[in-house]
Amino acid sequence: MKQVTGRPTALTDKPFHYCPGCTHGIIHRLVAEALEEDNLRGKAIGIASVGCSVFAYDYFNCDMQQAAHGRAPAVATGIKRAWPDSFVFTYQGDGDLASIGIAETIHAASRGENITVIFVNNSVYGMTGGQMAPTTLVGQKSTTTPSGRDATLHGYPLPVCEMLQVLPGVAYLARVSVSSPAKIRAAKRAIKRAFAAQLRGIGFGLVEILSSCPTNWHLDPVKALEFVDNQMAAQFPLQVFRDFE
Amino acid sequence: MAMALEAQKTTALTGNEAAATALRQIEPDVVAAYPITPQTEIVQLFSTFVSDGLVKTEFAAVESEHSAMSATIGAAAAGARAMTATSSNGLAFMWEMLYIAAGLRIPIVMPVVNRALSAPINIHCDHSDTMGARDAGWIQIYSENAQEMYDNLIQAVRIAEHPEVLLPIMVTIDGFIISHGMENVELLQDQVVRDFVGEYHFPYPLLDIEHPKTIGPLTLQDFYFEHKREQAEAMQRSKAVITVIADDFARLSGRQYGFVECYKMKGAKYALVVLGSTAGTAKYVVDELRQEGEQCGLVKIRVFRPFPGPELCKALADIKAVGIMDRSDSFSTQGGPVFAETKAALYQASNQPKCVNYIYGLGGRDIEPSLIRQAFMEVKDLATSNAVGGGIRHLGVRE
Ligand SMILES: Cc1ncc(C[n+]2csc(CCOP(=O)(O)OP(=O)(O)O)c2C)c(N)n1
Ligand code: SF4
Repeated sequence: MKQVTGRPTALTDKPFHYCPGCTHGIIHRLVAEALEEDNLRGKAIGIASVGCSVFAYDYFNCDMQQAAHGRAPAVATGIKRAWPDSFVFTYQGDGDLASIGIAETIHAASRGENITVIFVNNSVYGMTGGQMAPTTLVGQKSTTTPSGRDATLHGYPLPVCEMLQVLPGVAYLARVSVSSPAKIRAAKRAIKRAFAAQLRGIGFGLVEILSSCPTNWHLDPVKALEFVDNQMAAQFPLQVFRDFE
Repeated sequence: MAMALEAQKTTALTGNEAAATALRQIEPDVVAAYPITPQTEIVQLFSTFVSDGLVKTEFAAVESEHSAMSATIGAAAAGARAMTATSSNGLAFMWEMLYIAAGLRIPIVMPVVNRALSAPINIHCDHSDTMGARDAGWIQIYSENAQEMYDNLIQAVRIAEHPEVLLPIMVTIDGFIISHGMENVELLQDQVVRDFVGEYHFPYPLLDIEHPKTIGPLTLQDFYFEHKREQAEAMQRSKAVITVIADDFARLSGRQYGFVECYKMKGAKYALVVLGSTAGTAKYVVDELRQEGEQCGLVKIRVFRPFPGPELCKALADIKAVGIMDRSDSFSTQGGPVFAETKAALYQASNQPKCVNYIYGLGGRDIEPSLIRQAFMEVKDLATSNAVGGGIRHLGVRE
């Protein structure tokens, strides 16, 4: 029998620790497939952030460095400057990237650092138990907004891509989702485009991936994907914000 | 007062729940925080109190600990009673603001749930976070259990805001061991706590239009030194205030606290010095050893800043050898901070026991009674032999 698919070699054999229905696993796989297809395993260096994906270093079959919460793009900057021929990517949640690490995100983008950022937006701080993140939707319940996010008290969801799109240092910028097979394929194409931006030395690439957190949303996996499609995508429209020739 | 004693309610609470309850009863005007394990629950519970209307606190879920401490400083300087809470890297990320809070003499009270600092990343208990902040100018009170966390937080408000003091205070509990362990806690009534802490009056609040002011302006060679000396004097004055408030609190609660706690030190020939939850385990071991006829005792440090030098010298006045336990290393090659400072204090003492340092429990490594027993036996050896002290030993580490 002809084998048509398998586990990408850029993933280790270790089973994911993610909750059932969590889309971190799908996103790991997409990144690993892209690493493999672009033949990057020999030169890829990943930065694991702090969040549910803190163990990313156990799953990606390449060199990995653990960064402090929010500091991944700065660490990536250092690695890329030291090894300009390497391929450097960060893997960050919305708490890590949009909250405590928003300064690093903006400045790495503004400097046009030649790195790739995989930004997993699940609208809460998953790891610490589902507190409000900058990306939490208005009305969405979280453990620090038990009655739902109230814009007058807690402000509005932070649109990271919309903010970054004005920066000339950004080479590729897209928001995708992994809530259906078609969207998963589109997400993979976006990740490969962002990789290409770095490989061609054009500049900063970021792919925001709307992701589910069934555990903290208190939804079953299917309903959680519906929440991504119906609620999150309404606030965070899927689109390519910046591309290159 | 007898009324207050009778009205106490015994409830089973985790350390974090006890801290959150104290916060609810203190009812600060502003709380700004960022979540981090194992502190998260304190703030999360508190945000539920806010949302249920149990407190009238303004709650700001800010984007980092640096901002949490900045917002707390801003609120407190503006004239509000303001609090936050953190752990580990969160405290480390506040570093800059810790010094500013103390330098501006802003009386913030902050629960810190002790957790090891990165790297390597670790979520379990040791004291590297607060010990790293030991010279930031904050008063530091270490709690053995949930009850002490509750009691210390309530007292800390009064100490910090005392006009003779005006210094920020961190009150700690050991991550997971106490923060997530459930125990019986005696709670004072809400109104009793409210009356005890009273109204917050920052002596130099903003928007006092008769006296416009700038908080934290530049001082150089001209006045910086005087500011720092005043800060040191406030820390010195806090010693008397801590005692007075402890006495006030004892009248209210029946629970008396000092700078150090001596456990079975009467007739003891050798002892351990500890802080935090390990004191509980060590007391258990002391009980066992005493039953076996051993002449050992325990000294628990409650207040680490200001450092209780004279109190420790007194507690160790009749001791031949002492093991000083550190749940963090200073990497100075001179042992952990508790060791270095206790030894320095003993330099002034008439009795100078032999000292040995035990570094233990880093990154949450369990400290079992058998390890504490081993330490006691080694210290006994030191007390009864010609061996010289001064060494640094690691308890419970793989060689
Ligand atoms: C300085 C610092 N502050 C706080 C934390 C605690 N912390 C760990 S993960 C996390 C949030 C993670 O959320 P997100 O980035 O959205 O990732 P997710 O877990 O949802 O995948 C926080 C606040 C930390 N590790 N370090
Ligand atoms: S808590 Fe949420 S983000 Fe974290 S693994 Fe579970 S589902 Fe995924």
